[in-house]
Amino acid sequence: MGKPKGHIDYNDTVISIKGLKKSFGSQHVLRGVDLDLYQGENLVVLGRSGMGKSVLIKIIVGLLRADSGKVMVLGKDVTKITDEGLQELRLDIGFSFQNSALYDSMTVRKNLEFPLVRNQKNITRPEIDKAVESVLDAVGLSQTINQMPSELSGGQRKRIGIARTLILQPKIMLYDEPTAGLDPITCIEINDLINEVQERYKTSSIIITHDMTCAKHTGDRIAILLDGQFQRQGNFDEVFDTDDVRVKPFYDYNFIQ
Amino acid sequence: MDTPEKLTTIPPQRQNSFGRSLNDFFLSIYRIYLFLARFFKEVFLPPYEWNEVVKQCYQVGVRSFTLITVTGFIVGVIFTKQSRPSLAEFGATSWLPGLVSIAIMRALAPLVTALIAAGKVGSSIGAELGSMRVTEQIDAMEVSGTKPFKYLVCTRIIATTITIPLLATYVGFIAILGGFLNVNQGEGTSFSTYMQQVFEPLSFIDFEASLAKAVCFGFTIGVVSCYQGFYADKGTEGVGKAANASVVTAMFLVFIEEVIIVQIAGWFR
Repeated sequence: MGKPKGHIDYNDTVISIKGLKKSFGSQHVLRGVDLDLYQGENLVVLGRSGMGKSVLIKIIVGLLRADSGKVMVLGKDVTKITDEGLQELRLDIGFSFQNSALYDSMTVRKNLEFPLVRNQKNITRPEIDKAVESVLDAVGLSQTINQMPSELSGGQRKRIGIARTLILQPKIMLYDEPTAGLDPITCIEINDLINEVQERYKTSSIIITHDMTCAKHTGDRIAILLDGQFQRQGNFDEVFDTDDVRVKPFYDYNFIQ
Repeated sequence: MDTPEKLTTIPPQRQNSFGRSLNDFFLSIYRIYLFLARFFKEVFLPPYEWNEVVKQCYQVGVRSFTLITVTGFIVGVIFTKQSRPSLAEFGATSWLPGLVSIAIMRALAPLVTALIAAGKVGSSIGAELGSMRVTEQIDAMEVSGTKPFKYLVCTRIIATTITIPLLATYVGFIAILGGFLNVNQGEGTSFSTYMQQVFEPLSFIDFEASLAKAVCFGFTIGVVSCYQGFYADKGTEGVGKAANASVVTAMFLVFIEEVIIVQIAGWFR
């Protein structure tokens, strides 16, 4: 059994992608991707390394430009948006990087404050402190507030990275390999945190992973990216109820081996 | 048959090494042009990052202050010491302060400062931004609604452009003091006489040219190191390359600019 569905509004599409193509030189990574993400939904994108999973979410947040296709995020077309429009849109999107991407010259407090003070010019010190304490409490790491990123473990860095994105209270969360390089117990904690974020902040999320445990625990829907397109979509059991030799090894490796 | 799309790009395996180098060279010229155009576009537009500029000025100054003080002093002492025998042959050691001041103010102070700053500050900026690029910290800034180019690049270029002329002026005076130590020991010249002789041969154009040079050097060091760091890739190897290229390219350009500005200043002198 996969994760029980939460409060998903299937009438409200927060991300809608049609015919998305992206190449790097002669390497065609995305070959006409179609995808919808609904309000309140956790969508897990599974696929082998180098299949363009991270490229997909980097296009959604405007870090990479699509070659062609339409990428609508909260009603705005990212492929045609102005720089100012994109910057405004990004405030509604939280992006959790694979390696956390914490600013190593700043303490945890400064890392968390940074997006807030940069985007809300009139915010007061007590409001900043309250927001920082709130997100640190949400990720369960209040004690690390004055530590430097180099003093944190891999799991703690992931949590602080997620906290930093939450401080702007985004509507959409994009997780790039949230459990990569972590031990199994920390992976479970991160999976729980992703679900907590979904419930507490009412976010819609895309989770990029090839960790099946993560997919099973966090995904309301699983989409498998193969050969530059989504080949199968559905809940966990539906997606893996197949004899497709390109899909079965994901399941077999994680749950049979 | 090749499609037009394929014909526009020659695959690397079909280019010879000279062709590849030439291609890379013109591509990097174009990218630097875009980088500079972006700098001049963003630097004048609000919001202005004054706090970060002040912080970076402090960083640039502090990073090189001790080394610059010691080097400037030694340059003054050594230059005076090495020049004395030649002047002594003509019985012209009284010209030593004037010679020292001309050499230091016209050439040595901005050049020595720029070379030290290229090594200390340039490598540091290149490595710092390079490291931020490969660990996705720059991307993280971008997705959190901050303009990393303005916050990281513009501030550092402004800081080096402001601070290096200040450091060069400071080096000039420290080197002249170093010269005094040697002249005082050799000729027993008093400080007030020495200073009078130091400023006598200098004209306003010397200070202007020296300052203009230092501003150009500071801008160059900032642009080169920020460019190398901001576009670093290939992981940790890329960080090392960015730091190295920052120093080497900045030093090379500093010498080229030195020659050009000396020529231009010569026309006005």
